Amino acid sequence: MEVPILKQGAVLIATFQAALSDADLNQLRMGLVQQVVKFRSRAVIVDVTAMDVMDSFASRTLREIAHMIRLRGAETVIVGIQPEVAFAMVQLGLTLEGVATALDLEEGLAYLNEKFKTTN
Amino acid sequence: MPRREGTPTSLEPKQTEEPSELLRELVAHLRQNRTQLREEWVVRITETRLLTAMTKEEIFAEATSVYDSYVEALETEAFEALQAYARNLSERIIPRGVETHEVVGIVLLLRDVLARSLFAKYQNDFKKLNRILDAYEPAANRIANTVAVGFVQERERVIRQQQEAIRELSTPVLQVRERLLILPIIGVIDPQRARQLTEQLLRGIRTNRAKVVVIDITGVAAMDLTVANNLVQTVEASRLLGATVIVTGLSPEIAQTLVTIGVDLGKMNTVGDLQGGIEQAERLLGYKVEKLAEPR
Repeated sequence: MEVPILKQGAVLIATFQAALSDADLNQLRMGLVQQVVKFRSRAVIVDVTAMDVMDSFASRTLREIAHMIRLRGAETVIVGIQPEVAFAMVQLGLTLEGVATALDLEEGLAYLNEKFKTTN
Repeated sequence: MPRREGTPTSLEPKQTEEPSELLRELVAHLRQNRTQLREEWVVRITETRLLTAMTKEEIFAEATSVYDSYVEALETEAFEALQAYARNLSERIIPRGVETHEVVGIVLLLRDVLARSLFAKYQNDFKKLNRILDAYEPAANRIANTVAVGFVQERERVIRQQQEAIRELSTPVLQVRERLLILPIIGVIDPQRARQLTEQLLRGIRTNRAKVVVIDITGVAAMDLTVANNLVQTVEASRLLGATVIVTGLSPEIAQTLVTIGVDLGKMNTVGDLQGGIEQAERLLGYKVEKLAEPR
């Protein structure tokens, strides 16, 4: 299943659909980084609103995506984690440490705006 | 050696002729003498000073329906109906302050009153009396059991309901500014309450689009390791929803607990008291609070 990646200026927005397989996640990891290179993006927002469960593989993949993208000098923000998913994640010890998070797309863009303002 | 006639070997209804005939005779006797036996029972209840929370009229009314249900249970052996009746009765009388020992007491009194009437009736035929009692006793005991269990189940249900209500009352999630929530926790936190707090807070963060949450635990005397871990998880889960948590009001005991379980204090944002916590939250949100005039 392809994950749609939209370009919004210097920001790429990847919207997860529900139930991504491990293969989809691996594909996404490579795909996103390639897009960041191609468009010289400054940030990536990964919208997981539609995910109703987050397992350790998905969580690790998200962290790896963030690290890889940081190596390209870009920021990653995960948005849209649902309350129930967040609760389940912390119980499993999946904290997405080191990755920025925001409530939703709007907040994610606001966060990036602030960040770009201060770094410019 | 001939088998003893009419001896039920278990409490389950048996289709052998003798016991059910005896039972019918027994039930008929109890119905015929209903008025007198019920009156005797009410007198005994008053003498033993049970159901003091109820008026005479109320006792009489309940006694009537209990008596009829009792006899019906003896007749039909439909104990589920009796249990439902017992729960229903309990629902009515528990709020009046009736205790378990009173309910068990009056059922046992009824059993005794009815037994005495059987002794009187069959006093000239000891063998028959024995057979009648063989039919009566197991059923009567089962009735006492059923009613007591029904009563206790209802009490437990009420207690659970009250506990739930208390839990909900005591964990309000309050918005004091745009994007700022306060969660003042008071009292004892058990793991169940801690879990409920976390769920409520996370929902509140999403609904109110909160960016900062101040969790105040001034009113919490102590927490065990499980609950302390829960607090840490709450902070982490809130971050996943994009909110920063400030914990205020840690007592020395709780501070000790957190250090003992090795909480990474770098991850936890703590401030001494609620006032300080709100001030810091305002700073984080970009508010500046300025005093413009003296209070009037």
